[in-house]
Amino acid sequence: MGKSEVPFIEVKNLKVHYTSEGRKIHAVNQVSFSLQKGETLGLVGETGAGKTTIAKSILRILPEPPARIEDGEIFLEGTDLLKLAEDEMRKIRGRKIAMIFQDPMTALNPVMRVGKQIAEGIALHEKVSAREAEEKAKKMLEMVGIPGSRYRDYPHQFSGGMKQRVVIAMALSCSPDLLLADEPTTALDVTIQAQVLDIIKNLQKEFKTSMIMITHDLGIVAEVCDNVAVIYAGQVVEYGSREEIFDNPLHPYTIGLFGSLPDINSDVERLSPIMGMPPDPANLPGGCAFSPRCPYADETCKNTDVKLDAIDGTHSCRCLHWRRTAQMKAETS
Amino acid sequence: MSEVLMEVKHLKKYFETPKGMLHAVDDVTFSIGKGKTMGVVGESGCGKSTLGRTLIHLYESTDGQILFQGEDITHVTKHKMHQLREQMQIIFQDPFASLNPRMTVEETIREPLELSGKFKKGQLQEEADRIMEMVGIDERLRYAYPHELDGGRRQRVGIGRALSLNPAFVVCDEPVSALDVSIQAQVLNLLQDLQEKSGVTYMFVTHDLSVVKHISDHICVMYLGQLVETTTSKELFANPLHPYTRALLSAIPSVDIHRKKERIILQGEIVSPIEPKPGCRFAARCPHATDACRQPQQLREIEKDHFVSCCRAEEVWE
Repeated sequence: MGKSEVPFIEVKNLKVHYTSEGRKIHAVNQVSFSLQKGETLGLVGETGAGKTTIAKSILRILPEPPARIEDGEIFLEGTDLLKLAEDEMRKIRGRKIAMIFQDPMTALNPVMRVGKQIAEGIALHEKVSAREAEEKAKKMLEMVGIPGSRYRDYPHQFSGGMKQRVVIAMALSCSPDLLLADEPTTALDVTIQAQVLDIIKNLQKEFKTSMIMITHDLGIVAEVCDNVAVIYAGQVVEYGSREEIFDNPLHPYTIGLFGSLPDINSDVERLSPIMGMPPDPANLPGGCAFSPRCPYADETCKNTDVKLDAIDGTHSCRCLHWRRTAQMKAETS
Repeated sequence: MSEVLMEVKHLKKYFETPKGMLHAVDDVTFSIGKGKTMGVVGESGCGKSTLGRTLIHLYESTDGQILFQGEDITHVTKHKMHQLREQMQIIFQDPFASLNPRMTVEETIREPLELSGKFKKGQLQEEADRIMEMVGIDERLRYAYPHELDGGRRQRVGIGRALSLNPAFVVCDEPVSALDVSIQAQVLNLLQDLQEKSGVTYMFVTHDLSVVKHISDHICVMYLGQLVETTTSKELFANPLHPYTRALLSAIPSVDIHRKKERIILQGEIVSPIEPKPGCRFAARCPHATDACRQPQQLREIEKDHFVSCCRAEEVWE
């Protein structure tokens, strides 16, 4: 994490909970990370790890209640977004920070022409006439490979991959500085996924957009991210550059994720899954949240509040025993 | 190949739609060896699930032949089908939708045992316990309802139910797609363990190529109802010959960050499977398509046990 320069976006000790039937569900617990201009950070984790909640907190679109941002700061170029008034925040949404949602079927308004949906944001944020907004919306459609002549079509007239490209065009229409991509290709087929990732990568290069890519797919992280934060039970359990995480994963959960994954380039007879189930966020275990599933956990893990420990470079790990793991790895290789 | 369990010849399944005939499965021919796993891959709408369901008579085929253990089962009586059900089962993608929400775990697993009439009352309990243990369902969950279980456990119940009568053939229709990776690995291992113990034959339908490579002996690649390539899992990944297979394989994001690979980005969208034109259906997106591709394609054995439905397969990869 860049020490000398002020990061472009910095999330500090973010804590979010939901209230459901009187129970407090701890979705995000003290998450911190930062991102430089033009960089891509991958947030990796399983269902319910808190990835989407983090993104929605940045954009301040969490439904409050039941959600509540309990604590923390989110700095965008030095301004704390959590302290902004709602009308100031509206100027940032879409303009400075935009989000691509997972499911293109529900992210688009079914009774509004797709072109109009893109032009709407442009008209809101830029001082342009209705005609200019329409022209720009057409240009955005063409940029993602959809003919401008389809401006007047409705969402149901497009395939899933095309709808997702419309959503991307909409997110990029005001050239945001930060793009929050929440599982942007999960609903798509692989060949279409390849097309969409290709478009995102090219646009990012062109506009120097920073991106937070939320995904459960380590293959996508390998492909598009510079840095990776592995999230488990609402906490960053391991952070590092792409190389640090993929070449030298040290947290038992990260190692477990790699072992669970059938890889196209290797031949293993049996996978090595992680035992057990993710914890109930309403009732998190004491100490390290991963300890009940961890093959290396001992008594201290269960009653120590484990801190994120710096390893080297940008690599850090929330595990009491990472040194032992590193040593074991050195011995076996 | 070892002894053949399931053989399909020129199988077709068409659906009538207001816009015309939808060719979901179109002239598909292949066979599955006993105790083996046949993977079927393809993208949404390619007909892979329809194929699986037609094989076990959840859909009636439009044309073609299905041979099960050497016997023609293309057209069977209701009574015969009832007997065949014990032999042919299916595990569905979404275990929440496929389990009866009003039945407990134990009731769900007991139901097929009761229907089979093979067990006396006293034995039923014992047998249900054995199955629950076999698929790794904790005893205390006996009286739990599906909504009380997480996805991984629900899928274990679905597997237990499908395998309860020791079937010879099971269609696994995207059984791990709805699960998180760590749980997915647990379920894949369970399926492999059960196969090792009972010798069951799987047809594994999925869109996930990494999963299919991991679990299959042979693989069929489908595109818009047509079988475009079939061979052993090893051969398919080492030496894909159909242009669609090549594009599909190149599109998979790999966790190996040091391997440089060339990605084939396809242009265009999948065409409609309703009243399709004759010829190769991939031609519209294929970078190598010529006029010859508009003619109907034959599945040809290009190398030993490697079948491809592309008239240009040899010249393109010279």
